[in-house]
Amino acid sequence: MEEGKVLSQSVQLSAAAYAIIHEKFGAALSAFDSNETMPFFEVIDISLWPEIALFMRDHPKLRFNYMACLSGVDFQAEDKVGIVCNIESLGQFNHKLAVKVKCPRSGGSIPSVAYVWHTANWHEREAYDMFGMLFTGHPDMRRILCPDDWEGYPLLKDYKVQETYHGIKVPY
Amino acid sequence: MGLLDAAITKHNVLVTSVDNVLNWARLSSLWPMGFGLACCAIEMMATNASNYDLERFGIFPRSSPRQSDLMIVAGTVTMKMAERVIRLYEQMPEPRYVLSMGSCSNCGGPYWEHGYHVLKGVDRIIPVDVYVPGCPPRPESLIGGLMKVQELIRMEQIGVSRADALKKLAEKSVDPQFVIELERKAASA
Repeated sequence: MEEGKVLSQSVQLSAAAYAIIHEKFGAALSAFDSNETMPFFEVIDISLWPEIALFMRDHPKLRFNYMACLSGVDFQAEDKVGIVCNIESLGQFNHKLAVKVKCPRSGGSIPSVAYVWHTANWHEREAYDMFGMLFTGHPDMRRILCPDDWEGYPLLKDYKVQETYHGIKVPY
Repeated sequence: MGLLDAAITKHNVLVTSVDNVLNWARLSSLWPMGFGLACCAIEMMATNASNYDLERFGIFPRSSPRQSDLMIVAGTVTMKMAERVIRLYEQMPEPRYVLSMGSCSNCGGPYWEHGYHVLKGVDRIIPVDVYVPGCPPRPESLIGGLMKVQELIRMEQIGVSRADALKKLAEKSVDPQFVIELERKAASA
């Protein structure tokens, strides 16, 4: 966090929530980023991600009971793919945080949080469908939008569309 | 005055050709298959509804391909849907007609370059008789396209192939440039 910066009230709430998580997990998390639109932190030790998620949901002072979104991102420059989870505490503390989790670009996997927030079930499938990272422990890990026998992961920045699909020409 | 108003009394005879009667019957009850794929479908439904009232042409959507004469491909055809569109087309009894409605089903529309999941023109998988341009086309355009299908049916004869009927239709068509110029002149005057 930059010193001397005046934070808005909602970012202050997020920072306080981060402090509680940081107290428990310490070095497994990155520093807090006080981005005004989306305050976030990154999970460094990704094997701890489900544990962190459960802690965020169940801790009496956090109660992150609502996953608003889980999006995939291609960090091509870092040779990584990842997810950004927007998590909120609806009707309890009204604070929100975004969490980033990254894994290697080819053959990488991220532990699933589908049993923590059920929203993550389909969203993780979508991230897998578009970016190709696997979610270990997911109850139903298969494509959700593209056909099951589609080749490649369309939202990767170096994606090239296949020539034909079942004998039908795909490119223009 | 029409024939019915002219008080035709008994013992009258009307003479016409079988082709004419068949064509008149078929083009007056074009039943499209009721399915829509994207925003064009909203426009198609609006055309079916009371403001534009397609039923005055005898056009009435059917819920089964087995009862349909016409397939209006209204919207974006994805690769996943493409195979289903082929299946539906094959389930329609002949003679059948296909109207491609809107840019997406004509050529891929806004998805032509980066839409990995979109079929770039439904004519890659099934033969299309009439293309209606627009994104989405207004109900007037769709009605124009349906009139074109009716004209095509009017060109058909027993023993004449669809390709020849389409050729005859093309010969009879008016060059739109002439009409556009005429309208422009009228507007400036």
